[in-house]
Amino acid sequence: MQRTVRFRLNGRPVLLETDDQRSLLWVLRTDLELTGTKYGCGEGLCGSCTVGVDGRAVRSCATPLAEVDGREVVTIEGLERDGQLHVLQQAFVDHDALQCGYCTPGMIMNAWALLQRQPRPTRAQIAAEMEGNLCRCGAHRRILAAIEDAAARGGVA
Amino acid sequence: MTRSLEIEEGASVEVDRRTFCKLLGGGIVVLVATRASDLAAQQRGYPEDLNAYLRIDPEGRVTIFSGKIEMGQGVQTSLAQMAAEELRVGLDQLTMVMGDTDLCPWDAGTWGSLSTRIFGPALRAAAAEARTVLLNLAADRLGVPLAQLEAARGVVSVKGDARRQVSYGALAKGQAITRLVGEKAVLRAAADFDVMGRPTKRLDARDKVTGRAQYAGDVRRPGLLHARLLRPPVHGATRVSLDLAKAKALPGVVVVEEGDLVAVLHADPERAEQALAAVDARWTLPEPAFDTESVGDHFTKHAPEPEVRESRGDATAALAAAKAAGDRVFDVTYRTGYVAHAPIEPHTAVAEMKDGRVTVWAGTQTPFGAQPRIAQALGLDEKAVRVVTPFVGGGFGGKAAVGQAVEAARLAKLTGRPVMVAWTRSEEFFFDTFDPAAVVRVASALGADGRISAWDYHVIAAGTRAAEILYDPPDARVRASAGRNAAGSLHPFAVGAWRAPGAGTNVFARESQIDLMAAAAKEDALAFRLRNTSDARAQRVLKVAAERLGWRPGPGPTGRGQGLAVGIDSGTYCALAVEVRVDRASGAIRVERVVAAQDMGLVVNPQGATLQVEGCVTMGLGYVLSEELRFRGGDVLDRDFATYTIPQFSWLPQIEVVLVPNDGLAPQGGGEPAIVPMGGAIANAVFDATGVRFHRLPLTPERVRAALAG
Ligand code: FES
Ligand code: FES
Repeated sequence: MQRTVRFRLNGRPVLLETDDQRSLLWVLRTDLELTGTKYGCGEGLCGSCTVGVDGRAVRSCATPLAEVDGREVVTIEGLERDGQLHVLQQAFVDHDALQCGYCTPGMIMNAWALLQRQPRPTRAQIAAEMEGNLCRCGAHRRILAAIEDAAARGGVA
Repeated sequence: MTRSLEIEEGASVEVDRRTFCKLLGGGIVVLVATRASDLAAQQRGYPEDLNAYLRIDPEGRVTIFSGKIEMGQGVQTSLAQMAAEELRVGLDQLTMVMGDTDLCPWDAGTWGSLSTRIFGPALRAAAAEARTVLLNLAADRLGVPLAQLEAARGVVSVKGDARRQVSYGALAKGQAITRLVGEKAVLRAAADFDVMGRPTKRLDARDKVTGRAQYAGDVRRPGLLHARLLRPPVHGATRVSLDLAKAKALPGVVVVEEGDLVAVLHADPERAEQALAAVDARWTLPEPAFDTESVGDHFTKHAPEPEVRESRGDATAALAAAKAAGDRVFDVTYRTGYVAHAPIEPHTAVAEMKDGRVTVWAGTQTPFGAQPRIAQALGLDEKAVRVVTPFVGGGFGGKAAVGQAVEAARLAKLTGRPVMVAWTRSEEFFFDTFDPAAVVRVASALGADGRISAWDYHVIAAGTRAAEILYDPPDARVRASAGRNAAGSLHPFAVGAWRAPGAGTNVFARESQIDLMAAAAKEDALAFRLRNTSDARAQRVLKVAAERLGWRPGPGPTGRGQGLAVGIDSGTYCALAVEVRVDRASGAIRVERVVAAQDMGLVVNPQGATLQVEGCVTMGLGYVLSEELRFRGGDVLDRDFATYTIPQFSWLPQIEVVLVPNDGLAPQGGGEPAIVPMGGAIANAVFDATGVRFHRLPLTPERVRAALAG
């Protein structure tokens, strides 16, 4: 349905006049030109399109725009503050938690949502929470270490 | 193109610098050109046999131009590190330009762990040459003999009198110096690494954690259209009717039909998707000849006559003699299935035509391979095609195929608009160039002395990478039928290079066979291997891996679930020692620990090498435990991650990497070797845990459960 959709994106208000059944993923990537959120499967099976909606991890490919009306959306582009990396981003850099980097934004956003809810998760909780985010390069071990470290450094911020 | 240039090292040269010379401006430029045999494959004479170059501009910035691409293997960082150390500049003073056919010298493609091994020394030699040029200029400028100068962070200064100094930029200003380094300098560089070996964090990490890193799908051009293409339902299908009327009626949709290319385009990719659903096409489907289960029999029946690839003594006679003497002979057939590359970034490209030239941004492992394909498809001169490679979201061999780049270029030409072709996950599975299914038959004999006396190895469809005999049977041969690219007749869809193509299959077969012989000889699997190979590098990595694991010797099956395998790939030896737990009820295999001992010659970037090994081990769990593309004839049945399962976080074993020092040897490949022994090591460990030997990968829970029950 064509209508006005309003939400906050990375702290700023957004107003879109569009079909509210379009997926959040493609609205972000095309209309809003935020290409950090990646397409990996389009069917909710890989996690590379993960963004935060009201603090929870959401697969933007499987989220119609209508669902974020009035909500707070955070994408990978919204984590940096004044050129300062978010503690999770810094931990991914420090731990070499990426190779090709294509899964990385989704990994970080999924971890971000986890830490919102649970600032000090155990390693097992981290692994369980990250299970649905796929990485073909095999950076898993470093990713877990990075998230653990970010949590220890107070990663909620 | 013939070579018109005799290379004298360090000499100033006149080469045909047509395209890039203009772009370079002044400064100091060092070209790399070699005739070393291992570089031969990477040469195509543009211009002559240039492989790389670097430039120091009047601002003192160093730029390296390389046809290689960055797809996660960290080559951007390792090449930069080598050049920076040799040139005495900081990593932050250096820019890498990679995979751009307008700006970079021709390159065959990024694969086979070759980038660091072959390209590294070339770049290093060029950087050394540039330093020499700069030091000589500085000696003149400062009026000081060379021996009294030192360089750091792009500044040359007089030893003991740091106030007398001059920057690289100042030295390069007003200069137009071109130098060439040749084969000898490159070989010297390869033999003489002395500055590398410190861990370096990735240069691309910051862009990749902020979402700024640009992949092909992130390229935006004004007026960009997203395309969806009509695809056959199965490979080999023929289109019998096509009705585009409904799609054409949709607002904002552009419909294109040219021969086999049928596409619908829209500024919004989801609208394009909806338009595709409105296209009505009918197809006739071919009869499926074989499927996931019958592929092995099909190959055995239809494979062409084998060719002998390696041979010593007379394996056939030795096997016959062994049988006659009552020695134990083992004749075992091993099988593997088709495996997908499944990079998380599907094949994607953006193309734009302007003034008779086309620019294509493509996620590809071979920009220079895409260039002529695009030129041909568009009827353009190659020079009118520019391929730019942004970051590539994983390749593993699969992005050597450039179909999406050609599609985007054709559509850009036909529509006159910039076009993006981004394969869906389903298309990515359907059009993948799979690692081929394979059959390996090994017949071997065990002498009364516990030594392997004969070895007859026949591989169908996997090729012979890592199939070397390795052990010491006096009579042995390796034969191969239908190399990896024997398309058409043998395979129902495209096959191609997969991370260390075929090597995992071969090492699975060989190391399983060795293991079952050790068990038959009632000997410990490590001791049996050490006694049966005189290859010192193999012995060393085996010992190191076993020791680190805490290998407890004893004839298998010991019930402990420990397994070993060793493989050679790209000049690197890798032994894996693993521990597994098998859940008998479900058949699920849990890999608890993997110790990788790797001798890769001199290690340029230990951090990067370790990361690559971890990546190999993690990715390797897939082809060993779950990944096998299911198909029926040309029908690809697995089209998404719901049914085609790749390794996930919960699978992660404890991974320990030991880089076995071998500094006397030039750097060898690091991107692939550790994935190679995964099948062998895990299958051997499963045997050790259960007493059941598996001859087919993957070791899915269903198969394991069935075998344990049976
Ligand atoms: S693209 Fe959304 S889960 Fe894969
Ligand atoms: S880093 Fe390449 S997919 Fe995760």
